[in-house]
Amino acid sequence: MTGGIRFVMGGEVVTVAHGDPIETVLQWLRATGRVGTKEGCAEGDCGACTVVIGEADGDAIRYRAVNACIQFLPTLDGKQLITVEDLKGPDGALHPAQRAMVDCHASQCGFCTPGFVMSLFALYRSSELPDRAGLCDTLAGNLCRCTGYQPILEAAERMYDGGRADRFAAAEPKTAALLRSIRRGGTLSVEGAGTRFFAPRDLAALARLAAEYPDAWLLAGGTDIGLWVTKQHRRPKTVIYLGEVAELKRVAEADGVLEIGAGAPYTEVLPMVAGHYPGFGRLIHRLGSVQIRNAGTLGGNVANGSPIGDGMPALIAFGAEIVLQKGGSTRALALEDFYLGYRETALAPGEFVRAVRLDLPRPGARYATWKVSKRFDQDISAVAAGFALDLDGGRVAGFRAAYGGMAAIPKRATHLEQALTGQPWTLEAVTAALPALDRDFQLLTDMRASGAYRARIARNLVLRFYLQSTGQAGAEGVAAHG
Amino acid sequence: MADDTRPPRRPGIRGGVATALAHDSAHKHVTGEAVYIDDMPELPGTLMAYILLSDRAHARVRRLDVGPAWSAPGIHAAMTAADVPGEVDIGPVFPGDPVLAGELVEYAGQAVAVVAAETLEQARAAAGLIDVEYEDLPAILTIDQAMEAHSFVSPPLTMRIGDSAKALAAAPHRLSGEFRMGGQDHFYLEGQIAYAWPGEDGDMAVYSSTQHPSEVQHLVAKVLDRPDHAVTVEVRRMGGGFGGKETQPALLACLSALLADKTGRPVKLRLDRDDDMILTGKRHGFRVRYDVGFDSDGRLGGLEMELAGRCGMSPDLSNAIVDRAMFHADNGYFLGDATIVGHRCKTNTVSDTAFRGFGGPQGMLAIEYVIDEIARTLGRDPLQVRKFNLYGKKTRNTTHYHQKITDNILPDLIPALERSSGYAERRRRVDAFNAENDLVKKGLALTPVKFGISFTATHLNQAGALVHVYQDGSVQLNHGGTEMGQGVYTKVAQIVAEEFQIDVDRVRITATTTGKVPNTSPTAASSGTDLNGQAAKAAARAIRDRMAKMFADHFRLNRHEVVFEANAVRGGGHEMSFRQLAKLAYMNRVSLSSTGFYKTPKIAWDRDAGRGRPFYYFAYGAAVSEVMVDTLTGEHRLTQGDILHDCGDSINPAIDLGQIEGGFVQGYGWLTSEELWWDDRGHLRTHAPSTYKIPTAGDIPTSFRVTLAHGHPNRENVIHRSKAVGEPPLMLAISAFLALKDAVAATTGHKASPRLDAPATPERVLMAIEEVRRQR
Repeated sequence: MTGGIRFVMGGEVVTVAHGDPIETVLQWLRATGRVGTKEGCAEGDCGACTVVIGEADGDAIRYRAVNACIQFLPTLDGKQLITVEDLKGPDGALHPAQRAMVDCHASQCGFCTPGFVMSLFALYRSSELPDRAGLCDTLAGNLCRCTGYQPILEAAERMYDGGRADRFAAAEPKTAALLRSIRRGGTLSVEGAGTRFFAPRDLAALARLAAEYPDAWLLAGGTDIGLWVTKQHRRPKTVIYLGEVAELKRVAEADGVLEIGAGAPYTEVLPMVAGHYPGFGRLIHRLGSVQIRNAGTLGGNVANGSPIGDGMPALIAFGAEIVLQKGGSTRALALEDFYLGYRETALAPGEFVRAVRLDLPRPGARYATWKVSKRFDQDISAVAAGFALDLDGGRVAGFRAAYGGMAAIPKRATHLEQALTGQPWTLEAVTAALPALDRDFQLLTDMRASGAYRARIARNLVLRFYLQSTGQAGAEGVAAHG
Repeated sequence: MADDTRPPRRPGIRGGVATALAHDSAHKHVTGEAVYIDDMPELPGTLMAYILLSDRAHARVRRLDVGPAWSAPGIHAAMTAADVPGEVDIGPVFPGDPVLAGELVEYAGQAVAVVAAETLEQARAAAGLIDVEYEDLPAILTIDQAMEAHSFVSPPLTMRIGDSAKALAAAPHRLSGEFRMGGQDHFYLEGQIAYAWPGEDGDMAVYSSTQHPSEVQHLVAKVLDRPDHAVTVEVRRMGGGFGGKETQPALLACLSALLADKTGRPVKLRLDRDDDMILTGKRHGFRVRYDVGFDSDGRLGGLEMELAGRCGMSPDLSNAIVDRAMFHADNGYFLGDATIVGHRCKTNTVSDTAFRGFGGPQGMLAIEYVIDEIARTLGRDPLQVRKFNLYGKKTRNTTHYHQKITDNILPDLIPALERSSGYAERRRRVDAFNAENDLVKKGLALTPVKFGISFTATHLNQAGALVHVYQDGSVQLNHGGTEMGQGVYTKVAQIVAEEFQIDVDRVRITATTTGKVPNTSPTAASSGTDLNGQAAKAAARAIRDRMAKMFADHFRLNRHEVVFEANAVRGGGHEMSFRQLAKLAYMNRVSLSSTGFYKTPKIAWDRDAGRGRPFYYFAYGAAVSEVMVDTLTGEHRLTQGDILHDCGDSINPAIDLGQIEGGFVQGYGWLTSEELWWDDRGHLRTHAPSTYKIPTAGDIPTSFRVTLAHGHPNRENVIHRSKAVGEPPLMLAISAFLALKDAVAATTGHKASPRLDAPATPERVLMAIEEVRRQR
């Protein structure tokens, strides 16, 4: 890996000068003897490989748990990497997260344990003790097959017993100084094993690189691209990493529009989205675990064009636009027009997604988005739906409905929309309109659901939207734990 | 009453029997210092292996040419079945599991060839170059297809008591039906792995993540055509097993040993998660058909039940697994006149295998489902009907395999749990909620567990141990039990510490290896502590007796005056530390090492006659689950779980509690969210955690109260009067499944009874709601 990358580990700057830029952090750790971090799935679903990344925020450090199995090593450049080996003090004393896990009998086979410890450590360093729902959310990306989680949840509470001071907190100014010392001014460029890797730091550099390497993989959080490497064993010639481009990380609200930079992880997007669209906020919670939300981006979800991406039905129904840039020029497209076919988008060679724009809620309008999956947390939806409704005197003045998991692309249900528009907003009218959905989608049966079930819940989610608008008890369903 | 197995409780040692000692590796788990096989430093020259899997469910192999693989960089070996020097078949009990497919592939995912190269990436690339041509054959993929075609891996078996046909004809009420339950992937977090080191004189050392080192040893020797003594298999710990590492690890161990033998270099074979899930066996799915007679109280009078298990392409352990399903088709109930038939369906899918409960959960769910249906037909609370049908303590206590139940504590446990969980009041509240709510319905169910303890293959109920006391009084312990997280190492160490009356820290636990204790049974059937604890205790007792005799001789005492207590020995006014005693014993040329052996008494099973005492004793428990169901989508949540479970006199209450909680949640996953889905070509499409959903932290009940039943020591002479706890709690989760069924029935005001297959995914729940609404 010519050029080399630098990050902080164990209180020192580590330089990796040679290697393969698409080697994962997990592979690198294990190859260099740090074998406490485990591989359970190599696809970001089990959390056994959870590590914590620290980034300087002034003299403080912000910590986030990520899945090392789908994080490429060069994305660590300029950051701090904390693994389970780092937690024990020099005197052998366990970190409070570790101590509590032992005291609560929270490990059995122990293979998932380092991942849990790191998720708990990130929580401990980042926040006060959350409520039970918050704890479950924190741990949704860590699978344990032995304990049934109860003692781990107890440990999560108990680790706060002695307050939140630890040696990591004490070392933050020193760590921040180290991180400043390795801060890079320009584009990181490394190469090895037949792959070039660039991490530009501004939009102009990104635009130049994207134009120069139109076949490059544009890497944001890597929560999908990581699997192209670990599962499909593909090798790109060029990777351009978006995670260091300052402009892409911005999430801003101006003139009634929420502009979400394509490189902003869900974790950064969530508070502002949830503030305006609480239902969409809840959906983003379920879209992926903390580890996934800390890495993955809405921009990546959208650009990827997967028919089962959770974010798109809401965005399409709520009327979002996508901002694309090529060279120095940008264009905006209605998100629904971005999708042309299965995993096929309107993105031109050399063009990249710059942002997603979402109007703030219209006063009086109603919005909802839901997903239905076998498991509540960290699952791919059988069906996801987004709805937006404007009423005028009890009649439907405007209705947009979009679904995921129902076709080759995330798609509007135009027949349904037409059937309801102009109708009174009543149970009878809504029920009468539902058969129109059959003309919108030809449904598939696969491992997530049968076509018949998809058809049924596609209808029932419209009903839920109606019942919720009338304040019917239970219309939010049972699936919410926070 | 004299009770030789229970030393009097004395203060003064750390970590003796009955203390809630932490798992021996807990510190190492949380620091990442616990070494799993993939964490071991690799020897220089280590090669990585990769298996080429069949992509056909059933096909003749027309051509198989590994030649092209040799053009790949880094390759050192490529093998097919034709290159195996010894026997190709590694079926554990019956033949049928070739280590590499020969002329026939029988499931999509079967190992066809194997490659070793310098790196895993190179091995994978090389395997991809292997030239293989198939000729597809008709594939049998489902139970229905297999039953229709009479495709079985072994003949059907019938267990019979009384005259079920006559009883059915005379029954006041009669009900028949069918339902199905899916299988389950083990999803141990550590995937299958083996690491083989070739040695001198044809020796082979294999590190294998296995619950059954002796079988791995034997099969590795067989494929290499060597005596067993040339092969040593070792495992310090597994990252989970759950039965998935009982027979399945042999394939990896054999392939890595074959490659190591061929290349003369160490070879590691670690499966990626997807390959692991595609290649290795799972819990059996079952189809259940029943015809049941009962009176107006719901008391059983005549039962005919057919249990058809999907076994996949080979027998593996399926004979015993379907047997155990049949054994547990009574759960806690007196069946009266009953005929239970078990079928072992052969399908072109991966060979299904042991999984926590070993068929027991399927048989138990079958009868619980039938009881639930009876109650709904009669319009009664299913709990009443369950209580009517419980085995009696003195009468009505003969099973359909003619064993008398003499240790039944369900008539005590169930009322205790009803009280502690507030069952009656909650039933009223659930009904009231349901009367007022249309969109969301609640469900409630209490189900018992009675689980038979012992391998039904009687010869497996034996164990060995090896204990050394060193001159400084420290102790090294080895036994045939393997550690997969369940805490058997910790519990057996506690037993040895108790025997010597020394702190448990003085007992060093060592990795399970065929070189120290030979001819071991698998750590399975919940038997790990029962068997190995007794063997270790026997070994420790032998050494302690020698030390006591030496101490008595030294001080001219009667041996009965010698007392071991609190890290010391005393008698006749003399006292010395255990350390001093060990030194003195050494100086007096007393052997401080001993093996120990144990075999379970009283058991016998005549399979042909369908009679005997297959189980030494039973473990019991009961659970109440409460759920909420969204009637628009079928999504559901488990809101409360209350469990009362029987561990006899617990050797380690903390570890036992962990087994109960973990077993329940694992069972809950089996019955609700974990769905194995094959496409019509016989390819498993749920082969990673992205598509196969085991429970997460948020899926467990917010109120989850688990209690060990006290005051019920094991009536048999089991180690320290404890009871096995590995498998039984899994079946407590049947309460959650039946609570969901209850909630579905509530959508009709309990006027109709839903058919609900397992797993009760949101889809199945919603479809059941729709069906039951049509019934009404």
